[in-house]
Amino acid sequence: MKNRLKELRAERGWSQSDLGERLEVSRQSVNAIETGRYDPSLPLAFKIAELFNLKIEDLFTSPSKDI
Amino acid sequence: MTKRSPIQRYNGRVVILSLAYVALLFAAQIAIDRYDVSGPPAYVIAILPALAIIGIFAAIASYLVEETDEYLRLLTVRQTLVASGFALSIATAWGFLESFDLVGHFDAYWVAVIWFAGLGLGSCVNKFLCTNGQ
Repeated sequence: MKNRLKELRAERGWSQSDLGERLEVSRQSVNAIETGRYDPSLPLAFKIAELFNLKIEDLFTSPSKDI
Repeated sequence: MTKRSPIQRYNGRVVILSLAYVALLFAAQIAIDRYDVSGPPAYVIAILPALAIIGIFAAIASYLVEETDEYLRLLTVRQTLVASGFALSIATAWGFLESFDLVGHFDAYWVAVIWFAGLGLGSCVNKFLCTNGQ
């Protein structure tokens, strides 16, 4: 699933490890989500959205709209 | 002192259980061969090394319960599924070959050894899928 995680992280000058610490997940997890290799669970997606003060749909592109 | 991560706790348990396995295997070998233990005590002694291996399976289960990072949990689940499929496939194929007298007998505990080798294969599968965007 496409997302804006890398862009939002870069805006704040955070490394993947920094973001991982804030989300309480590993750097590998952040990398996997950023590159679209892993779709986070709903609780983790909410956690990410809340960290950036955004709605989930502003952060992740719905697969049905990603054509 | 910082709290140890789930993977550190898992590694610690595996090291302790591996040492216990070696010690119990030697002890069982000596007890049964040198002291000629037989009957019900021999069954108890013979099963002791297996308990350490079963402990390693339990350590993997504990890791999956304790790991809060869902992506790392997914990787471990996939790794163990590959290992299980690998070990069961070889055991099943060998069983049929053996029943038709095409190959010799091998002791059932080798299935655990093949399963641990399958964990290595599972790790390769994870790496392959990660580098190929899955």
